[in-house]
Amino acid sequence: MVWKRKIAYVNLTTGKVVAKLIPKQIRQLYLGGRGINMYLLYNHIKPEVDPLSSENVLLIGTGLLCGIPALGSGRCDIAAKSPITGGIGDSNIGGFFAPELRLAGFDHLVISGKAERPVYLWINDGSVEVRDASHLWGKDTFETQGIIRDDNQDEEVKSLTIGIAGENRVRFANVRTGMKNSAGRTGMGAVMGSKNLKAVAARGTMDIEFSHPDELLDYCKKMNDVITETRWARAQSKWGTLIIYSNTNTTGLIRTKNFQLNRLEKGEDLEPEVMDRYTIGMSGCYGCSVHCRHRYVLREGSHAPIFAEGPEYTSLGAFGTMVDCKKMETVLVANHLVNKYGLDTLETGGLIAWAMELYEKGIIGKKDTAELELDWGNEEALFELITQIAHRKGFGNLLADGFKTAISKIGKGSEYYAIQIKGMSNLHSDERPTPALALGIATSTRGADHLRSRPAIDLYGLPEELLQEIYEAPVSSDYTSYDGKSRIVRWQELLYAVTDSLGICKFQTVFCAVHAPKWKEFAKLIQLASGMELTKAQLMEIGERIYTIERMFNIREGFTRKDDALPERYFKEPTPIGLPIVKGKKIDKDKFEKMLDEYYALHGWDENGFPKKETLERLALDKEPSHMV
Amino acid sequence: MQKILFIDPEKCSGCRTCESVCSLYHEKVCNPTRARIHIVKWETAGLYVPMVCQQCETALCEVVCPMHAIKRDEETGAMLINYDLCVGCKLCAMFCPFGGINLDTKTRKVLKCDLCGGEPLCVKFCEPKALQYLNATTINLKKRRAAAEKFSDLMKKMLAAI
Repeated sequence: MVWKRKIAYVNLTTGKVVAKLIPKQIRQLYLGGRGINMYLLYNHIKPEVDPLSSENVLLIGTGLLCGIPALGSGRCDIAAKSPITGGIGDSNIGGFFAPELRLAGFDHLVISGKAERPVYLWINDGSVEVRDASHLWGKDTFETQGIIRDDNQDEEVKSLTIGIAGENRVRFANVRTGMKNSAGRTGMGAVMGSKNLKAVAARGTMDIEFSHPDELLDYCKKMNDVITETRWARAQSKWGTLIIYSNTNTTGLIRTKNFQLNRLEKGEDLEPEVMDRYTIGMSGCYGCSVHCRHRYVLREGSHAPIFAEGPEYTSLGAFGTMVDCKKMETVLVANHLVNKYGLDTLETGGLIAWAMELYEKGIIGKKDTAELELDWGNEEALFELITQIAHRKGFGNLLADGFKTAISKIGKGSEYYAIQIKGMSNLHSDERPTPALALGIATSTRGADHLRSRPAIDLYGLPEELLQEIYEAPVSSDYTSYDGKSRIVRWQELLYAVTDSLGICKFQTVFCAVHAPKWKEFAKLIQLASGMELTKAQLMEIGERIYTIERMFNIREGFTRKDDALPERYFKEPTPIGLPIVKGKKIDKDKFEKMLDEYYALHGWDENGFPKKETLERLALDKEPSHMV
Repeated sequence: MQKILFIDPEKCSGCRTCESVCSLYHEKVCNPTRARIHIVKWETAGLYVPMVCQQCETALCEVVCPMHAIKRDEETGAMLINYDLCVGCKLCAMFCPFGGINLDTKTRKVLKCDLCGGEPLCVKFCEPKALQYLNATTINLKKRRAAAEKFSDLMKKMLAAI
């Protein structure tokens, strides 16, 4: 049962491992996954520690519903202080690792200290062992997983691993599992590398028990039916997230050449149908009925043969639209490279696109790039720069420290061209015509990001009666309007915080599908799986608590209202092209600030974005850090 | 009409839902090592193959069982284990050419697919339809149509050439 589940504290400096039960109170306040990780983050990391020092703490957590045969319940949450932003680091990963960790007897891991030499954690049926990983150091993310399986003579071992980028402490190195899954954002791979931790491997044969197994099974089937009946899921099952491009590029909501245009002209080769040439079928994460990613093969070209999985819409932007490469093959090769090296696809593409614009503007030249010609669409330069970043060589070494460091080193007004918030790159989406989405990236606790709060259904122009029903307040159905948009950003924040804590996939809740499972369905699943009785209001309060403790962590690190900002270009440069509804749009500074005020007020935070005393009391956060676990 | 658990690996997305559903239905817990079905993966080549008891006509498990504990259910065609007779010698697991018989690490019993009494839950949950429960004649027709499509491509080309 849920009350018997464990957390393991691993000190890599001493090699000591302590396992404890997860207290009931923590479950009721934070559920699991991201929720418990955010509590641990606030409680276990001292203020102002260097994210790449032994004082940072790496947190790995499975969601409360992990293991159920529905809604992609295999998601794992990885957290630490971020080496990119200096605020919360938090990244969510699918695949098969989280259920295996649970089957091996643990829900959460708290990894502190630093190993003297490369190690990996071996977690098997209730035990945690720190093992030598010197033979794994230098191996790519695919090789590493294979060697760990061979070493243990067990093909069912699942590993979280870093690649060469994480070993080299590239600040946006990711953590990977399987062929495709990545905990991409906020540089969790760099934190692993700084601890000499190459991988965390799990293999388990222990039961995952539920309170009402028979009813749970029936309800899981119902949930899978609900999600697969949505048009979004049906499109995803065939095209993956690439389907988004068809809409955003037609409309003009996509950034091209870093941030110069909002459509990719002659971008037909990036349409999702093009994947028919390369795909051999779709692939799904644990417990997923949608299966949104391609398994693809590249048989020709200088990098062939390649078998890989993906690419996501994100990579299409990172190595397609943002750098003005117009060939799917370029995206497929680059996607494979970043996965092999263990780099966040989005941060890598965002930085390279920025460097290309600086090169075009003459802010940097060939002497800065070590003769690399960073012209738009130069795919060889793109591949070379990805490799340089991972290996910290040449000009790549400058980008490997992320936006904050690169901006201060390059200077010369380069900051203006950087499409980043809190030091982290934005997606290749252009939010100038969409105030709700703009507010979301500005306020996101982990830096510019679309997965913290994006109210994607705002783009559908839904009837206002329906919006009222979902968000329980008046919201304009016009996506270029500011009216009611602070409310929907906050609502989505709470929903995603709970989704990440349950360990289910965001694509299987109200992200892009209006009728997907949400509060009521979550409450039912929690009751059947764990026996905990929670109402919609209580679940929303849990979401609020999680988001507020994240905010508290950032405030403790010195973040204020000024960090909830948009890049200057959002206010200055109107969108040059696109459909009439989006063309000529920029964010109105006054309206944006007003929206931010409303957003803080809805959260019970003051005008500087600091939670008010009564809010902290209401959310039982007034005694943090409380060190319950 | 006899039905068959038909496997189409080309459609399998590797999500392992069948494994967790199987253990949740039979053992009331989620534990793929206690499931009667297993997805064999060649992860770096993108190949996933669901493996489960084939309910063979000449079932080696039945032949080698010294206790005659394995018998066919006439209604569903499933080979069923009578646990009152089974002594846990594991000969069935050793002789099965498909690895269709699993060892339950917790109870130390042998486990095999019982077709859930005629309504296999893995089939019900398999969204890509890599697992289907079909009449034997229907399977034949499906295979024939797939083969015939190759001929029809050829015919189109021939007609175009005239």
